[in-house]
This record gives sequence, C-alpha cells and structure tokens, in this order.
Amino acid sequence: MTAPAMAALAQPALAAQAQSVDWLAITPPTLTAVLALAVLVTDLFLPERRKPLLGVITLAGLAAALLTLLPLIGEDRATFCVADTAGGACSYTADGFTLVVQLLVLGGALLTAVLSQAAVRDDRLPAGEYWFLLLASAAGAALLPASRDLATLVIALEVASLPAFALVGLRRGERRSSEAALKFFLSSVAATAVTLLGVSFVYAVTGTLHLTEIAERLPGADPGLHTLAQAGVALTLVGFAFKTAAAPFHFWVPDTYTGAPVPVAGYLSVVGKTVGLTGIVLVTVLAFPSYGEVWGPLLAVLAAVTMTAGNTAALRQRPGRRHSAVRLLAWSSVGQAGYLLVPLAAAAYTGAPDAAVGATLAYALMYAAVNLGAFAVVALVARTRPAGRLTDHRALYATHPAHALALGFFLLCLAGLPPGVVGLFAKVAVFSAAVEAGLGWLAVVMALNVVVALVYYLRWTALLFRPAAEGATALPRAVPRPLTAAVALAALIGVALSGAPQLILRFTGTGLF
Amino acid sequence: MPDISEPVLQLLLAATVAGPLVGAVAALLPAPPGLKGKSPDQAVLRHGVLVTGVILLLTLALAAGFDHSRPSVMQASTDISWIPALDIRLHLGVDGISLPLLVLTALLTFLCALYSYFRPPTGASPKAFVALLLLLETGTLATFAVLDLILFFLAFETVLIPMYFLIARWGGAAREQAAGKFIVYTLLGSVIMLLGLLLIGLKAGTFDMVALAADGGSSLSVTVQLVAVIAVGLGLAVKSPMWPLHSWLPDAHTAAPTVGSVLLAGVLLKMGTYGFVRILLPATPDGLHAFAPYLGAFAAVGIVYGSLVCLSLVREGGKGDLKRLIAYSSVGHMGFVLLGIATMTPTGVNGALFANVAHGLITGLLFFLVGALKDRTGSTGIDALAGVAGAALYGRAPRLGALLAFAAVASLGLPGLAGFWGEMLAMFGAFQPAAGLSRPAFLVYLGLAGLGTLLTAAYLLLVVRRICMGAVPEGAPPLADVRGHEAATWTPLVALTVLAGVWPAVLLGLTDPAVQKLLAGGAS
Repeated sequence: MTAPAMAALAQPALAAQAQSVDWLAITPPTLTAVLALAVLVTDLFLPERRKPLLGVITLAGLAAALLTLLPLIGEDRATFCVADTAGGACSYTADGFTLVVQLLVLGGALLTAVLSQAAVRDDRLPAGEYWFLLLASAAGAALLPASRDLATLVIALEVASLPAFALVGLRRGERRSSEAALKFFLSSVAATAVTLLGVSFVYAVTGTLHLTEIAERLPGADPGLHTLAQAGVALTLVGFAFKTAAAPFHFWVPDTYTGAPVPVAGYLSVVGKTVGLTGIVLVTVLAFPSYGEVWGPLLAVLAAVTMTAGNTAALRQRPGRRHSAVRLLAWSSVGQAGYLLVPLAAAAYTGAPDAAVGATLAYALMYAAVNLGAFAVVALVARTRPAGRLTDHRALYATHPAHALALGFFLLCLAGLPPGVVGLFAKVAVFSAAVEAGLGWLAVVMALNVVVALVYYLRWTALLFRPAAEGATALPRAVPRPLTAAVALAALIGVALSGAPQLILRFTGTGLF
Repeated sequence: MPDISEPVLQLLLAATVAGPLVGAVAALLPAPPGLKGKSPDQAVLRHGVLVTGVILLLTLALAAGFDHSRPSVMQASTDISWIPALDIRLHLGVDGISLPLLVLTALLTFLCALYSYFRPPTGASPKAFVALLLLLETGTLATFAVLDLILFFLAFETVLIPMYFLIARWGGAAREQAAGKFIVYTLLGSVIMLLGLLLIGLKAGTFDMVALAADGGSSLSVTVQLVAVIAVGLGLAVKSPMWPLHSWLPDAHTAAPTVGSVLLAGVLLKMGTYGFVRILLPATPDGLHAFAPYLGAFAAVGIVYGSLVCLSLVREGGKGDLKRLIAYSSVGHMGFVLLGIATMTPTGVNGALFANVAHGLITGLLFFLVGALKDRTGSTGIDALAGVAGAALYGRAPRLGALLAFAAVASLGLPGLAGFWGEMLAMFGAFQPAAGLSRPAFLVYLGLAGLGTLLTAAYLLLVVRRICMGAVPEGAPPLADVRGHEAATWTPLVALTVLAGVWPAVLLGLTDPAVQKLLAGGAS
C-alpha cells in the first residue's frame, strides 16, 4: 500500500526540477499521508495492549491537518505549475473550493476516527491497518479537490478508493464483509476504467490534461472530433457518478454499507460521496464549461433518477429486517446524492457556476455532519443489538434520552424539517439553484422526493420515542465515551449551523475558484 | 393607550416569537431547585402555563402599545440580516392584520396549557408534551410575525413536527395514520409552496414581504405570477384547508387530543388563509386575479360540502363522531374565509380576516367542550351521546349544555355573536366582487354560500337537539357540570365571542386600513 505515498511524494519529485514547491499549500494532504505511514510503522513496534495509542495519534494528526488549512484561507495558492505557460496550468491549487472540500473531508475523517475508537476495539479490527487505511484514504480525498489535471485527479480518486475497499473487507472471518468488499471493488474498478477511457478521449481531442487548458481548447477543437469530445465528457463523468452513488451506479451501496464496519459505512457515505462529487464539479465546471449542453441535462436526469431510486427504496425498507438501519441510511444517502447533484446540473444552465457549486458544498457540509452523527447513534445501538434493525431503536429515548434526541435531530436535518433548521436551509439553497436555472421540473421532482423521504425519516424518529415493546430488554445505559463524543460533536455542529446557517451558506455567495 | 416606544415594541415582538422556543428547551431540562413542585410532571406542566402566560401578557402589551391610529403601518419592525447568502432577513413586524392573530394564538395556547395543567394529557410524558406545545407556539406566532418569504416557510414548517407528535403520541384511535396523513399532506403542499415563494423572491429580487407588497407585483411577469399563485396557493390551500384538499383534516381532528384539536382548528388553519392575504394578495395580484373565480368556486363548494357531510354525520344512526363533525364544519367555515379572499375586495378580505378570528374562538371553544364531554362520557360518538343512555346535557349538566348550545349558535352565525360578521361580510364581498371578476359567477357562489348557512344552521341545531335535549335516562349517573378550571379556560373564549359579535369594530378597525393598503398595491 504505497499508493498515498506515491500520490503525495512522487509529484514533488517530478515537479521540483521545473520549479519550487509551495509546501504550505500541499500540507493538508501531505501531512495526512505522512501520518498514515507513521501509523503503519509505529504499529510494528507497539505491543498489543498499547494499540489504542494509534487511534489517538490518528485523531491528533487529523486535527493537525485541519489546522493547517487555517493559514491557507484567502491565499489562493497554486503549485506544480507548468513553467512554459506562465500563470497558466497548475496541477495543485489551494483555492476556496479546495479548502472547503478539504475541511469537509478531513473533518469527516476526524469524526469517523472518533466514532471508530470503540468499533476498532469491539470488532477486534486490526488497529494498525485500520488507522493506516483510513488516513491513506483521507489523504487521497484531500488531494482530490486540489487537483487541476486529469491525471492527478484520477490518481487521487484511486488513492481515496483503494484503501476504502480494504476497509470494507476488514472484518476478519465475516463472509458478508469480504463479499461487500469484492462487490465494491469490482464495480468501482469498472467505473474507473470507463473514466480512464473518457479521459483518453478528451486527451485525444485537446492534447492536454490540465483542466483549464482543456476548457480553453475544447471549443476550438477540430469539429470532426466533436462526437469524440462529447463521448469523452460523458464517460469521464461515469466514474465520478459511481463514487457519488448516483443511479444507475448505486446498487453496490446497500450491500457494501451493511457489510462494512458501521464507522466505515459512515465514512463512505460522507467522504466517499464527497470525492465523487468533487470530481464531478472539477471536470464539469472547470474543464468542460463549453459542453454544458451535454453534462447539464445528463446531470439533471441523473439527479432526478438518483433521488427517486434512493428514496423509494428507502421507503420500502422493512423495519424488522436485519441491518435495516444501515440499509436505510444507505438508500437515503443515495437519495441525498441526488439532491447534491441538482445545483451542479443547474450550473450548466445559469452560467454562474460558483453559486451553484456553493449550494452543493453547503449541502454536503450539512449532510456530512448530521449523517455521521446518525451513523454514530446507529453504531451505539448496534453494539448491544448487533442485528441492527430499525425496530431495535424503539424506545431509545427511555434509556438514552440525549442520544435519541440527537438522532431525531439528525434525521430531521436530513429530512429538512425544523427543528433541523440547517437541513431546511440547505434544501432551500438547492431548490433556489434549481428554480433560478429554470429547472422547474427538477425542482418539482425533488419536492416530491422530499415528501417521500420525510415518511421514512419520520417513521424512524417516531420509533425512538415510542414506549418499549413488551418483554424487550433495555439497552445498557453505559456508552463508550468516544461514541458519545462523536454524537455530541455532530449535534453541536448541527445546532450551531441551525442558528447560523450563513456559516455554510456563504459559500453560495463567494467566488470559490 | 399607554405610550410604548418603538424599541420596546420591537423587543416585545422578538421576545414573543423567541420566548416559547427558549421555554421548549427549558422544558426538556430538569427543573431547577425551588421549582420542582409536587412531582416532575406537575412542575413541567406548570412551566408550560407560566411560559404561555408570559407570552400572552407580552402579546397583550404589544397590542396595547400598538398605534391603533395607523394600523396599516408595520409596527415593532425588526429587520436584521440573518443569512445574506440567500438574502434572508430576520424581518419581524405587526400590522392590523397580524396583531389579532398573534393575540388569538397566544390566548389559545395559554388556555390549552392551562387546561392541560388541570387535566394532564394521557399518554407519554408531559415533559415532551409541554416542549412540543411551546415549539408549536413559536412556529405559529412566527408565521404571523415574520415578513420574509423564506422565514414564513420556516415558520410554516416548524409547526409540522410538534403537531405530528401531539397527534401521534397523545391522540385517540388510529392516531398514527392520522398524524402521518396530516404531515404528508401539509408537507407536500408546503414544499410546492416553497418553489412558488422562491420563484417570487428570485424574480422580484427580494424575499421581503413589505417590499413585495409595495411593488404590487409590477416586477413580476404575469406568467411568473400565475405559476407562483398555483404553487403557493396549493400549499396554503392544503393548510386552510380548501375543498378538495381537506381530507387530512377530519382524520387529524378526530384522532388528535383536545388540545391538539383546539390549536389545529384555532390557529394552524389560519396560517393558510393568512398566507393568502399576506403574500398572494399583495405580491401577485394579477396571478390571483386570474385564479380568484376558481378559488371562489372551490370555496363555495367547500361550504356546501362541509355542511352536507355534517348533516349526514348528525343524523340518527349515522355513526357520526362529534369531533369529525366539527372538523367538517371547519371546512365549511374556512370556505367562507376563502370566498372572502377570492372576492379581492376590501369588504370580502375584511370579512375573511374577521371570520378567521371568529372561527378560532368558536371552534376552539367547541373542541374544548367536546373534550370535556369525552372526559365525562368516554365517547364522542353522536349516536352514543344522543342515545337512550345519552348525555341529555340540559338535564344532567345544564351549564355544560348551555355552553355547547351557545357555541353551536355562535358557529352557525347568529347575529350578535362573532360568527356572524365575518361570513356576512364575505358574502357581501361576493355580491360585488373586485373589478374584472365575473359577477355572475360570484353571485352563484353567494347563493351557494347562502345555502351553506342554512345547512349549517340545520346541522348545528340538530347537534344541540340530539345531545343537549332529550329526557334524562332513569338511574343515569350524575354528570359533572362545568368545573372550575374549565370555566377559567372557556370564559375568555365566550367573552371574546360576544365582544366581537356586538362590537365588530374592535377587529375591523384594525384590519380594514391594512387591507385597504394591501389591495391598493402597498400605497397607503
């Protein structure tokens, strides 16, 4: 597993010949990658009983990586630029967009790490490997938003994905776990292959891999290559659509999430989705703005189909089925992916992509916090009731009032109803992007989906507050502290954002790129 | 009137809206020492009475400080930027249209809290009950106080979750389906409404209701106005409810606990009609003008339909439920409100606003009375109450019977009581609708509405005859008459019903200037 190392270290080696490297700009992904190696090496020298130390190192490292974002705010740095085109194509850019996504990805990884402390111990997961893989994947995900050429983009995508396959299959001796990993791996690799084909088409037409240069050269390309370019644009999106779990590339989601350890499922639903979404933003808005008539309708249809498929499947989820809680969150995450795509589709129509991308980012930030929070409470219940059914959450309020209220709040945020105010405003931002772009039909489809989604979110919320069934054994009151910390952190973010939604919605108003 | 300065008024209004929210959070926390009361349940119910009481006092102070000489001007205005990215401002204010509704909301919520203190809700813990009640109050008060389209939507949505849980946790038979139906219907309507509000806001360049009213729809093309009216109107019509989108209401009312029914009928339905007057009438006049005849038609059908259903429910062997009957009567009464709005005349809209408040008072009282009946007899079935072992209220509990008869005749629109003026003014408006609206059509609606009043009188009198009159069955156990706390809860409603009936100017003087201004495109 040297992929992250390659991604983060091989490039400087190549580029250093041409120009100096802006080390500060590349710190967030580099630090995470170095940390991953450090954890892997430290693992070899730690005795079994000291292994929890690795988790602490991971937490501290991710927090440090988040702090390194601070000096970059408002800097708009770029590095690994091609020397001959002065001020032109750079491979790594730390602009507003990059920083927001890195905040999301590293913050999501941090929350996952908090959540994983108990899971690693309880499920007897191999600590060294687990933390290494998590950090490696986070490093790739943090590199992705900064990439400004297709090669770096694909490498970052793979760096983020490959460790995730292993994370899913990490539960030893569990048939379902390895099956989930295999399913995830095979479909993901197929999608990557299609993306690479698309990238090669685009390269064939334009002769460059840098996104900004592609944007410049595509409109002036040989008209005979127009079809090739169109095919290239469409195929490139496929791989990223897969990562976003957009329909019809979403069938891997429920099985993969249920097979994986619960924190990993949460990580995939948030960071994995962000990775795909970031890729879509970069290629569509930065590289193919002139082909808006191809990817605009494509994304709009993709968004409509994705949200409808996800929400109807979630609605049909039987609450008594094994793993129905994670399964429901899996399908709901597919539905949410559909909402996330709406502003991106709108970007093709408005000609002002910054506001649309901002709406998607704001939604993604909200979603990341509350979805990980929901996974944290599910993990808490699944500790004592491993079947993980929705019905196992019944009467949670009686034994764990704070956790139940938090889960209720998270679910209502996802549904977009007060008291989940931030969820409501995130949805308003998405709707607003669609209405402004004249995508009335998509807005109506989304409105119907919001209602469908409410039904299953509310059903779950209502379960939490029902009195316990006759003869049901109560959940033990004791909860591992990291789990409570994860829930509290997510709830705190959700409540703070509900009071001041401007904190995330401001990205819709500022220029990100 | 005491002279209260504008900054104090601003503070009063802000505290009115935010107070219940703070109270709701406080209700979930353990009681502080010294306020523990006899038991945790009693302490939290007392907390509910205290908070809603303070809020009622605040709204009364607001009403006292309100400059009654210029009710068309927004007063106690606060305008702070909240989410600049979406151009959403915390814009609050009251004028003659919203002030009566604010006071009505605060009053009904306080009475509900008071009632619950003496008759604790059966079901889950009172702690959650009080918290939900207060959250509901924040949402309803905010709906009437905010002047920003998106905030209006936020407030509109805030009431959904509390009302859902009030019905689903403390309701009667089939409560979960009823609660589910309520929330799905309303949400479906309100999400579509959001699309319309966004369309208005994005095309006009502002979400501010005052600015939109001043603009009078001149910056919106007719197409935009038409689409916006369909979308926004759909959401408001579900909430109002307008026939044929009413079918969630009877189920919700039948299943809801007494307090839930009172607030649902007394306050929540008003949010829909208020939206018509506050948003659609001034901001999209051309669009509403095009749809007014249809709105009027649906309203007129609703009036007749509601009373016909009530008639079939009240007949002998009809297996009718008293709560269901009042719910259907609400469909009819709200039909008058919608008809008044559809005329787009000052008379009609004033009538609509008057009928709004009157319906809140009278139907609130009716639901309280039915709740009391259910407590005593264990049933709300009309046949059970009127049967051989029936209520025979005049004989067994004369004061309760008299009150029920009073509420019934008030509801049927007896002159001299609150129910009369609103419906009469709405019908007056229909007699001479706004210029450009088809007069023959509105005359037909007027005829239908007139028929509706007759039918309403018929079924309400039948209710009185079947439940209040009748021989006292031999050996029937005595029925408790009006208790102290019940008298305390109901007296304000009775008094206000009489006051609004004999002195309608107290309300019309407030609403009329504001309505004139809204209809004149914001120019005062």
